[in-house]
Amino acid sequence: MDLLLASLDILARWDVVVALIIGSVGGVIVGAMPGVGAAVAIAILLPATFSLEPIVGLTALLGIYGSSMFGGAIPAILINTPGTPVNALTTYDGYPMTRRGEARRALSLAYSASFFGGVFSILCLMALAPVLASIAPMFGAREIFLAALLGIVLVILTHRGQILVAAMLVCLGIFLKTVGLEGTAYTQRYTFGQTWLASGIDLIVVVLGLFALSQAFLLLTQRDTTYELPPVRGKFLQGLTELFKYKRLATVGSSFGVLCGMIPGVGEFMSQFLSYSYAQKTSKTPELFGKGNPEGIVASEAANNSVPPAAMIPLLALGIPGEELTAMMLAVFYVHNVIPGPQLFRDQMDFVLALYIALLALNVLVILFLMSSTNILMQVMRIPSRFLGMMILTFSLIGVYSLRNSLTDCAIAAGFGVFGFILKRLELPTSPVILGIVLGGLMETKLRTAMVRVKSPFDFIDRPIAFILFSMIILAIALHIVTHLRNRAKDKSHA
Amino acid sequence: MQPDDPTPHVFPTARRPGELLFAMLFLGLSVLLLAQIGWQTTWLPGKGLAAQPRTWPFVGLAGMVLFGTLHLIATNRVRRTPGRWQEAMLWLRSLEFVAWYLVYVFSVPYLGYLPATLVFCLSLTWRCGYRSRVALFAAAGFGLGVVFFFRTLLSVKIPGGALYDALPAPLDIFFLTYF
Repeated sequence: MDLLLASLDILARWDVVVALIIGSVGGVIVGAMPGVGAAVAIAILLPATFSLEPIVGLTALLGIYGSSMFGGAIPAILINTPGTPVNALTTYDGYPMTRRGEARRALSLAYSASFFGGVFSILCLMALAPVLASIAPMFGAREIFLAALLGIVLVILTHRGQILVAAMLVCLGIFLKTVGLEGTAYTQRYTFGQTWLASGIDLIVVVLGLFALSQAFLLLTQRDTTYELPPVRGKFLQGLTELFKYKRLATVGSSFGVLCGMIPGVGEFMSQFLSYSYAQKTSKTPELFGKGNPEGIVASEAANNSVPPAAMIPLLALGIPGEELTAMMLAVFYVHNVIPGPQLFRDQMDFVLALYIALLALNVLVILFLMSSTNILMQVMRIPSRFLGMMILTFSLIGVYSLRNSLTDCAIAAGFGVFGFILKRLELPTSPVILGIVLGGLMETKLRTAMVRVKSPFDFIDRPIAFILFSMIILAIALHIVTHLRNRAKDKSHA
Repeated sequence: MQPDDPTPHVFPTARRPGELLFAMLFLGLSVLLLAQIGWQTTWLPGKGLAAQPRTWPFVGLAGMVLFGTLHLIATNRVRRTPGRWQEAMLWLRSLEFVAWYLVYVFSVPYLGYLPATLVFCLSLTWRCGYRSRVALFAAAGFGLGVVFFFRTLLSVKIPGGALYDALPAPLDIFFLTYF
């Protein structure tokens, strides 16, 4: 009880409430703009929160992180274009429902399923907090190294059809992290005698380049798309009662989200894929999936919205991000002098609980906002794409320049912007680069610390958690190889 | 995306024009960087592999070369999609907007944040083909809003412009502080 009161005390401030409102409403708006997304918004706003107190800055950015997927469902359902990439499956059943004249019902169900997924995941997170607090201190250097390695392996393996690209981009991230003066023997690595490279390549500069600038370049080089927005009239509360009909689907979908969110490197895509497949397999009308089946919307939205709170588990407990948004959130925590890891759970449990409560409050705020303002919110989809590109480019100056007033940073960010633009044009993933930078740096430090006490290779996995993590890595790779060989054999037998 | 197709397509299934070119450029750069590992990193005698400053750049670059080669082979085996050079030209076209961005960035210390942002928003909006009065007003309003929110309200660190020094005494401090 004392802990809960202490957490509420942290949040009971006008600036935190304002940050929560701005973050949650801003996140929904950003999510509803096709081609922007939470990553761009967090990248831009992160440096702007430097001057704010940690809890204020974190609440605002957490709001954007947790609410963007709510907004992403709106263009997915109304114009068949997902607002954020993870709303892709919502288009399958949402858009056909819109074409049938059931846009309001589809939106209402999507909001309700997202709300259910978010709250379910936060409650799981709260229930798991004492367990995490007891397990987290059992993670030493070698366990964190192995958990980060597991994250990298899973990030690569979950990029189906793009495993080689994901692997080479993760390696690029690992390499980028090593550039500059290294911290133990103080030798230069890949600086080419340039002083501006000695301090290394800042993660935020890379993030801004790869996510914000690249998106601006992409929008500026595109032709404008005009969308015809269907009329959406009536109340949105109906979805909450209709969701009760699909409570099993919503619970299973949210559970997939929690599970996939907790495992580094897996994330929203896998969770909604599993949830959608499950819904299709167990449905009485599987033939209606992809043709406007409400079950498809519930499965997709409950699964994707339950991932962000669950993804905070490895981030807060171990300091290991599972995907690009949590990698950015890790940067947010570091910037605000909050160091995620076992110590955070041991020493600042009230702060951790305050973040969970903030996440819960933001879900309530977002659903209230959406139920009352969907028609106004729809207007953001009318902003022409090149005008949006101009807006992102203008915002990006704030993001990069305010870091350390360096023109070099701006030029580096522009370079990564072009690289990200090429990746996006080729439909290749950008997040492995960021995860390579974050996890690669973590692995280098932890391996160096761990090896001091390791005499033989077996010493590395002689503790229970280290052994479990090592087994999971081997199992993940073995499973992937077996599945790949089985699919090849199947293809050959069909041919 | 095919809304009538019931199979979920979360993962990409096809390659796009220009991917082979990208794979070749990526591999070429990776090999070039790996070749320089001897003089761009240091090997400390008597230290273990985990403590060597050379280890992790090698891990990264060796991985880039290995997976880059495999990716190149895999891309090459897929039937060629036409349009490689058109795609490359589009990559080059993005450099125009890099130039716009860099000119904006470099002009801030001279013009000041407010004038540079207004000029940038208006001229890029014009360049993008939005030349109606509404579009230009929207661009100016957006620029003003950004400066007001970030510089005036949040006091984000942006250097004051040299142009502000030319303003009369009370105004220059005001502009340097808030715009």
